[in-house]
Parts: sequence; structure tokens; C-alpha cells
Amino acid sequence: MAQVTLNNVKKVYAGGVEAVKGVSFDIPDGGFCVLVGPSGCGKSTLLRMVAGLETITSGEVAIGSRTVNQVEPADRDIAMVFQNYALYPHMSVYDNMAYGLRNRGTPKDEIEKRVREAAKILAIEALLERRPRQLSGGQRQRVAMGRAIVRKPQVFLFDEPLSNLDAKLRVQMRVEIKKLQRALGVTAIYVTHDQVEAMTLSDKLVVMNAGEVEQIGLPADVYRKPASKFVATFIGSPPMNILPGAVDGPGIVALGETIIEARDLREDLAEGMPVEIGLRPEDIEIASEGQAGSLPFDVEFIEELGATQLFHGKLAGEPFVMQAATGEVAAHEGRLWIAVDPDKVHVFDLKTGARLGKG
Amino acid sequence: MVEDRRLGDLIAYVILTIGVLIVAFPVWLTFVASTWDAATVINGQMPLYPGPYFFENYNRILFIGTSSTTREPVIGMMLNSFVMAMAIALGKIFISVLSAYAVVYYRFPFRMAAFWIIFITLMLPVEVRIFPTFKIVSDLNMLDTYQGLSIPLIASATGTLLFRQFFMTVPDELLEASKIDGAGPFKFFKDTLLPLSITTIAALFVIQFIYGWNQYLWPLLVTTKDSMQTIVIAIRKMITTADALTEWQLAMATAMLAMLPPVFVVIAMQRLFVKGLVETEK
Repeated sequence: MAQVTLNNVKKVYAGGVEAVKGVSFDIPDGGFCVLVGPSGCGKSTLLRMVAGLETITSGEVAIGSRTVNQVEPADRDIAMVFQNYALYPHMSVYDNMAYGLRNRGTPKDEIEKRVREAAKILAIEALLERRPRQLSGGQRQRVAMGRAIVRKPQVFLFDEPLSNLDAKLRVQMRVEIKKLQRALGVTAIYVTHDQVEAMTLSDKLVVMNAGEVEQIGLPADVYRKPASKFVATFIGSPPMNILPGAVDGPGIVALGETIIEARDLREDLAEGMPVEIGLRPEDIEIASEGQAGSLPFDVEFIEELGATQLFHGKLAGEPFVMQAATGEVAAHEGRLWIAVDPDKVHVFDLKTGARLGKG
Repeated sequence: MVEDRRLGDLIAYVILTIGVLIVAFPVWLTFVASTWDAATVINGQMPLYPGPYFFENYNRILFIGTSSTTREPVIGMMLNSFVMAMAIALGKIFISVLSAYAVVYYRFPFRMAAFWIIFITLMLPVEVRIFPTFKIVSDLNMLDTYQGLSIPLIASATGTLLFRQFFMTVPDELLEASKIDGAGPFKFFKDTLLPLSITTIAALFVIQFIYGWNQYLWPLLVTTKDSMQTIVIAIRKMITTADALTEWQLAMATAMLAMLPPVFVVIAMQRLFVKGLVETEK
């Protein structure tokens, strides 16, 4: 088992495109790190550099105490699960799992033992003689996992492993991956664009955008205190509402005519400074007209999600979404008065998008 | 609806049957002609059913030969044709699979230039470059040899193109998974790429075997000895005879024999061949 350290890792492609612009962080031994971001943010490139499938332009990648920049993928002691599984179509499930071990000259009985063991963990013992094309998506996914497990690597690398599965299976496999990683105690790096996967799997969440790290932290912290407008709108579903406003004094912002309190707001800001105010749909409360800090929200239509309802409409001329437990708010269109907990008001710099928070 | 489909089926079968008859009738005539004696065939009153001379004619042509011009038995010519066709088919597969692998999977200077040079040889078939090719073969003392018959026909771009197209559809992740599994370039080629290419190889083999078997111009040039002749040339020589009656029954028997190996190859490889041309699952 090993920790993984990235030190100012950069990737510049031949055409001069900077895919990864100097990323540094480390993942503790046995940690589960999720790289999340929109397509083209460099997360996959970063993972592939750790795997050794892309050369590292500058910086350093270390697995354990060993710098692996110049080490072949096969010798990095890693295992990778690909988005399309990349199973060898002409080999049986057993051979797919055994291939890497055979190439390493592992003794036959040892291979047999490890493959059976992995198959048992993943409940694919009955499929060992089949070909990949005879398997369902979920089964292929398990085989791909099995191929990673039998290697007993120092690090698991996952490149969007669940994005080819249907929604139900995705949830199921997500839980299994997490359980498996816990049980084996192997360090894992997992790339996804799905923020739900990112939140649920990680114990270290790295949000990336345009080749740079936007925020690193525990998933709950990233959710509660997003470091930038980008993170705020990327993490959380439905995404955070962003409204234009201005600083109106220490810990106070103005949203149109209404003054609202923002406890986390930095206190050294000039009055009248234009900012953006972020409110999560699930943090909105119902207020009454005339109550201090209450905002008029014009509901245009309501989406039923079963346990909750989404109220879509306009607030201060901007599109706005509110989430409430079904039955909690009378579901009708028209004007509602709403309020927000001062602890849950996020304020971002209009120009840089950075969070204007304390500490 | 059911009636409509029946009518459609019927029309389809009628058209198919007519097509089959058009194709099969000359072959049947050839076969019938090869089972009668010379006189019956020549006087133009040959019946449309096989005659009693089947064993005599085939025995004669296979092991003795015709009575004039080329006196070689056809069995030797079939062997020549077979060796040439096999050498061309296997040689082409070997060369094109390797060159396509290099062009698709390696990044080397002038890679695309190399590919285009291979590509433009498509425009230079043997017929176009026949004189320089003949000169080289004769300077290398390869006239009247199997090497001389096959090597100049091996070099061509069709196979390289076919394999290149196929390799480009193989997902990159397979190569990457192989890398992580500790397989080097040669192991990836042997363990993953070749097994996946089996159907393409079969398709190419069928096409190239028939191409090689049917060669006429090139063997005509580089063989001077009767013992090195191919069966296609033999048929031609049997039909145009000077100062003697053409032994049509023997020429037709030779034609029947010349058809057998390609037919056998197609039937044996049919399943793989069709798969190779239509395969989408990777």
C-alpha cells in the first residue's frame, strides 16, 4: 500500500495546449481520491499521467516513496479500470484476469488462487469461462474490477468506470466499489464528471476546472464551503442559484432591494462592491411577506421528484430554483416569500469567482 | 400481409433461380464436355448430360497430359499454381499485417510518408511495372522458380490498407490495458491484435489466394519450362493449338480442375470470410 504524491504536475500537448497546469496534492495510504470536473478539465489526463499512459511534461508523480515519472505503466504497481472496460474480447473472463499475472511470470497455482479469490469477492465465479461479449454491462464492469484486484496493486485507478451503466446499476456498483476499496485498503484515484459519485465515494475530493485545481477537501467541506463560484455550481444537484448583489456592510449583502445577512462574508470589503450571491435550492426556507430579509420568488412551474419538489421561477429577475420536501410548501404557482439561513449564504467575487469568506 | 410476403418471397426466389441458372449453366456445360470423347464435343451434337468418359479424361489429363504442345500432366501444374497462390496469399498477409501494425501503432519520423508510399503502389500493379520487374527477376536468376512467380506479386498495398482500417477500429484502451498488464509491443501484437484480426486475415487470404491462382500475365512471362507452368496458362495453351485438333474434352477437364481449389478455399473460409467483411463487434 502506498500514498500517491503529485508535485506541480504539468501536461502540455504537442500543439501547445496546456491540459494540466501544475497540480499538487497527495493522497494518503488507503485514501479514496475523486477527481471531478467537466469534460476537458484535465482530470483524465492527470489520471493517465499517474498510470503512465501519458508522459509528464514537468513536475513529479510519486507512488509510495518512489518517483515514477520514467517508470513503465506495468512497473508502477497500479491497476486501472477503464470507462469501456477494455476487456480482451477474444479471451475468457478467467484469461482476462490472469493475463497480467502471466506476463509477470506468476506461478500457475498462484494465478489460479488469486483469480478464484477475486471472482468470489465479485460474485462472478460462474462466468469465468465466458467471453466478454456474453456478459452484461454490469458483469463486464465486475470483470474489469477483477482484473484490477488480482494484481494486488498499490493503487487503483478508475477512469469513469460507471458511466456506461444504467442509472440503477451505477448506484449499486458505486456502493460496491466503495466497499471493496475499504475492504482491500488500497489507495484509489477515481475520475468522474458525476458529482453524486464524487460526493459519495471520496474521502478526498479534488474539483478541477480548465487544467487547474479549484478546490481540494472533504466532500462535505467542499459542499458546505465551495471555494469558488465554479465549485459551488458544479457540486450539488440541482445546482446552486447565483444572483447578482453588492456588499452592504460587514456581513451584509444587498440583493436588489433586500438586505440579507451572510455570516461567512469577509469583513474588509468595500461597501457597494459588486458580488454574486449563491443560495442552494435545498437551503431555502419559507418566510412571510414583510419579514426582514425575505425575498419575493415568482414560481412558474413545479417539478415533482417524489420525496421532494422543485419550484422553478424568477427571483429579482434571475432564474431561481427552490427545493422543498413534498407537502411542506403548498404547490401552486405565483408569488412566494422566502428566506435563507445567514450561515448558508455564499458570496463570490464577481470578477474572479473566488469565495469571499472568512479564513 | 401474409399473402404479400409470400408473393415477395416467390418473386425473390424466381429471380434468384434465374441468376443461379445463368451462372451455373456454363459450368455445367464445361463439366459435361469433360465427360465425353473428343469427337462428340467437336461435332456440336454434345448432349446436355454427362457421358461415359469421365474417368478416362480426368485420368489422362491429371497424370499424362494432352497429346500435343504441352505434354506435362496437369497435376504438376496444379501444384505450381497452388504453391504460387499460397505464397502470394501468406506473403501478403505477413507483410501487410506487420506494415499496418507499424503505421498504426508506432510514432516514427515520416510515418505518414511511409504510409502514402505504400498507398500509391495501389496505382502500380504488375501490368504497369512489368518490364522493370521482369528485368529484376531475371537478373536475380529467379526465372522458372517459385520465388520468381510469387515475390513480385506479394508487394501490394491492399492488405496494408485493410489491416490499417481494422487496427484503427480497435479501441486504444486495449493497448493501454495491455501496457498496464505488462505486455510489450510484440506481446500486444501476438496476444491481442492477431487473435482479433483472425476474420480479417481469413478474408484477405481468400481474396489473395484467388488473385494468385488466377494470375495469367506474370506466370506467362517468368516461366519458360513446361514443368513450371501454372494451370491457367495450360488451359490457354490447350485451346490454341497449331496444326492439331483442340482436345476440348481435356481442356474442359483442366478447367474443371482449375476451379476446384478456389472453390474449396471459399467454402472452407466462408464463415470467417463473411464475418471479416461485415464484422462490427470488436
